[in-house]
Amino acid sequence: MTAVVTEADTPLVAAASPKRRPRAGGWLAVLPLLAFVAIAFGLPALAMLNGAFTVKDQSSGATSYTTANMTASVQGAYLTAMLGSVKLSAVSAGLAAVLGLPLAQAVVTSPFPALREAVLTASGVLANFGGVPLAFAFVATLGNSGVLTRQLGLTDKGWDLYSFWGLVIVYLYFLIPLMVLTITPALDGLRVQWREAAQNNGATGPQYWLHVALPVLAPSLLGGLVLLFGSAFAAYATAAAMVGSSIPLVTLQIADAISGNVLVGQENVALALSLDMVLIAGLVMAVYLPLQRRSARWLA
Amino acid sequence: MAGLNPGRAARRPALWRPLVLVCAGLYFLVPLAASVIFTVDVPGEGVTFDAYTQILGTEGFVSSLLLSLELAAATIAVVLLLMVPAMVALRLGAPRLRPVVEVVCSLPLVVPPIAFVAGLGTVLKWGPEHLSRTPLFQTFVAIQNPDFPVVLVLAYVVMALPFVYRALDAGLRAMDVRTLVEAARSCGANWPQALVRAVLPNLRGALLNSAFLTLALVLGEFTVAQLLGFRPFAVWIVNVSGSQAQLSVAVSVLSLLVTWAMLLALASFGGRARTASASRG
Repeated sequence: MTAVVTEADTPLVAAASPKRRPRAGGWLAVLPLLAFVAIAFGLPALAMLNGAFTVKDQSSGATSYTTANMTASVQGAYLTAMLGSVKLSAVSAGLAAVLGLPLAQAVVTSPFPALREAVLTASGVLANFGGVPLAFAFVATLGNSGVLTRQLGLTDKGWDLYSFWGLVIVYLYFLIPLMVLTITPALDGLRVQWREAAQNNGATGPQYWLHVALPVLAPSLLGGLVLLFGSAFAAYATAAAMVGSSIPLVTLQIADAISGNVLVGQENVALALSLDMVLIAGLVMAVYLPLQRRSARWLA
Repeated sequence: MAGLNPGRAARRPALWRPLVLVCAGLYFLVPLAASVIFTVDVPGEGVTFDAYTQILGTEGFVSSLLLSLELAAATIAVVLLLMVPAMVALRLGAPRLRPVVEVVCSLPLVVPPIAFVAGLGTVLKWGPEHLSRTPLFQTFVAIQNPDFPVVLVLAYVVMALPFVYRALDAGLRAMDVRTLVEAARSCGANWPQALVRAVLPNLRGALLNSAFLTLALVLGEFTVAQLLGFRPFAVWIVNVSGSQAQLSVAVSVLSLLVTWAMLLALASFGGRARTASASRG
């Protein structure tokens, strides 16, 4: 055994030294990224966590730890806003999932690759970078003096863009593209052979979808739904540019509290509300990631 | 499918697919078309293109757009300088760090921008409250300089991490980094040379993709900038909308279309590059 070691000694050392250098280099290359995130992201996150559980006495300036902020963040107007956000996100995410699936299927089975490329790129733009421009496009279309509102006399029929359903229509404009983006890989993964096999066994189209396609798609669909919910829940720019704060949404409440619009000294409640949002977003991710991993198995 | 049951397979898609596409097309194109009409057809004035010709001359447009572009350039530079070496290193020598980096780059997805800016604002307030006697205070003042708010670059880099991670990961997955670097090293290149002259050219598509996504993100970003009190492009659009509705809609439509055209051009470019490299080897 000793003989073997001494024989292998020289090549081992030679092989180890170039291997060890890149490993040290690897750590060094990753270190700036981790340091940056620790400062630019970790510090604000810790400040939020700390602020959510502290309260500052206005007269003495002393701070003390308390759960009062967290309690306040789930009461009264804040609770209404939280429920409003959850309701708006759930309704628009559900609708977007139902409407996005046929659109994605139409794009995936389309014989024109250019159409697919254009739709997927447009989806990327709308899903991620809509925000303010999106809000104004809808104000110009369906707002009080919008083109469609005037042409069709929608105001007389009780239409109001600055309402719950108005926001749902606007939110769908970025949620449907997000659904298309999320579900397209899964639809691509549906094998033609499965449909053929189902047809050979005498299954009709609806039967194929009910018993073969949907069960395979279920994790992706659910994952997409959860992701859409998270995206709608976190949206602020669209709502802020459109409705100001006439609709109770948790993002608008946080913004109001940060800028001191409501009451002085509500900053820490804003931090508590932010923490609530992070918890909900974390829950969303905790549901989404396993579902995504599960659906990825079928796409391999 | 087509071979086994040609009649059924050919007829059914012919019915539902155009229907779905037309409905979707209507929903997605009508607001854009209506916005264009809204900007061109002003009640009481008839058809006018003033909203578009005025854009350049409007107070704040050039300065806010320039600020956004500068922020975007700085963000792209910082995020690529941080991410590219880290991602390449993960493939080469530190695979055990990979889950760590993946989690770190996904964290911003769990913290919505509004929550992030709430925390960021709190940190920035420490400056005047606790640190006014220390040299650190000058740093706090400097990064909030309204002419070039470095703090926004910091925030945008964090927000771009998930996009850039995914783009670079996809790019690196398509190539064999280890073999490339070893080949370059055998030919006598040192580490920086191997990285710059062998790895980066092969990553061109992913780098462009990351840069454009980051650019689109920074140009459209509203939440953080508004709540920290800065005035880049998106905040300017909202501020100007109160007095000049037509103009703000015109700028909005233009910015959406430009972003889309940019990403579409990138997608077709990337597609061509992919087919070219595939046919080569």
